[in-house]
Amino acid sequence: MSLTDAALLEAKLVPPRRPARWVSGAVTLVLAAMLVHTLLTDHRFQWGVVGQYFTSASVLDGLELTLWLTAATMSAGLALGVLLAYVRLWGSPIPRGFAFGYVWLIRSVPLLVQLLFWYELASLYPRLSIGIPFGPAFAGADTAHLFSGEFAAFVTLTLDVAAFSSEIVRGGILSVDRGQTEAAEALGLGRLRIFRRIVLPQAMPAIVPATGNLLIGTLKSTSLVSVIAVVDLLYSVQLIYNANFQVIPLLLVATLWYVVLTTLLSVGQHYVERHYARGEGGRR
Amino acid sequence: MSDTLLRIRGLRKSFGTHTVLHGIDLAVPRGGVTVLLGPSGSGKSTLLRCINHLERPDAGFVELDGDIIGYRPERAVGGRIRHLRELRDRELARQRARIGMVFQQFNLCPHHTVLENLTEAPTALGLASKKQATATARDLLDRVGLAGREQSYPKQLSGGQQQRVAIARALALHPELLLFDEPTSALDPELVGEVLRVIKDLALGGMSMIVVTHEIGFAREIADTVAFLDGGHVLETGRPEDVLDGAAHERTRAFLEAVL
Repeated sequence: MSLTDAALLEAKLVPPRRPARWVSGAVTLVLAAMLVHTLLTDHRFQWGVVGQYFTSASVLDGLELTLWLTAATMSAGLALGVLLAYVRLWGSPIPRGFAFGYVWLIRSVPLLVQLLFWYELASLYPRLSIGIPFGPAFAGADTAHLFSGEFAAFVTLTLDVAAFSSEIVRGGILSVDRGQTEAAEALGLGRLRIFRRIVLPQAMPAIVPATGNLLIGTLKSTSLVSVIAVVDLLYSVQLIYNANFQVIPLLLVATLWYVVLTTLLSVGQHYVERHYARGEGGRR
Repeated sequence: MSDTLLRIRGLRKSFGTHTVLHGIDLAVPRGGVTVLLGPSGSGKSTLLRCINHLERPDAGFVELDGDIIGYRPERAVGGRIRHLRELRDRELARQRARIGMVFQQFNLCPHHTVLENLTEAPTALGLASKKQATATARDLLDRVGLAGREQSYPKQLSGGQQQRVAIARALALHPELLLFDEPTSALDPELVGEVLRVIKDLALGGMSMIVVTHEIGFAREIADTVAFLDGGHVLETGRPEDVLDGAAHERTRAFLEAVL
């Protein structure tokens, strides 16, 4: 039976049938429903207790520390990371070797171990001072006094973020076409200006998703500081449940806060990505 | 077998609020060369990309040798066509294998050797064993004048050589129709000739082709049909001497004057 053009032109164009999608969708929905059901009906979650402590003063204090620790380590770490990436790509041999060695060392040692090292630095170097290398010292301070738990946490996380972000930035920069640098050089722009104004912005679409990952990872890594008695979000709920033994509901309080923060960061990442995708004509 | 290989009927395509194709009708003869001419933005490339469903049309259809590209007609009770159901990825891939495409920027895989570029699709689609595909690839490279470059990587070749590899890659699937999207626009002038020679050889060999090009002289030489597009409409179609020398539309004449 032949198809007339008129009939074909009249026919509506419809999307393909995808039965596998329907099945997988249905299975996912059932699993999600089961999860919601257990969350809502199992009394052991004790949502009442969760609600009671969710905005309690000590939890909010812990939350505040988690937030500023994340913000401070991310900003300092990213600045260092960009610098390291720049040095590794365009530095002279010795700084370049140092940058490579630094990334190698930091990535080799577990974060928790580094944290304990900085916290215990006083046993290694009881006193830190500023002066001429191998010569006299002008000023100094007791290490134990200087490296409080919070400062040790800040240093550890910053150095860690610096190492990982330098690799992210380096990867992003390598993805930018070499012709962009050449064109900028031909225009007589300086090296640092080319890096800041031409190369780095174009590397951003490759850098942002991985950095979003790193930021969320760092947010959660701050919970490690609870082992050196820094009162972050996790440690603040631990202090409470050590007293009242409501372990699960208080862990839920911390979990919910981490989920809320991560969600906000993901939304933020979406907008940052959209910003850097400008000039792409909406192609992605 | 009719002597029309490809029929385009009522093809429309918009991007957002911008309508690129306003109902295109075109017939491409079997074994013939159709050249699409027109100013930039006239819809030539979009039309070409609709032919192998790289773009999904908003209305109308493309028919290759009796098969609707990208859709399957579904009938209601009584045999009336209810709608055109878009094909699923695998069916679409099989259909696309019947239509070769050559791009302006070659789009070779930079991390594959020339030989791997040619054998990837035939083996992946199960059309040939590795051995057969390799033998075919060597023949094709010989045909486009690149015998001995099997192990080179695309970046090691000149633009003209890369485009000839891209043509051989398209031929490796033994397509019924070849699409060329401005195949020489990214080339140095001195390299244009070698690519045009390969295309001309294919035309003489009876390959059915649709070519978007700005090389008017080349169009005159190889085209059986020339179609002139402007603003998403086919303004005129005909034999090259009729369209190129005796254009009916003022717009066509103005364009030809500007490019010649």
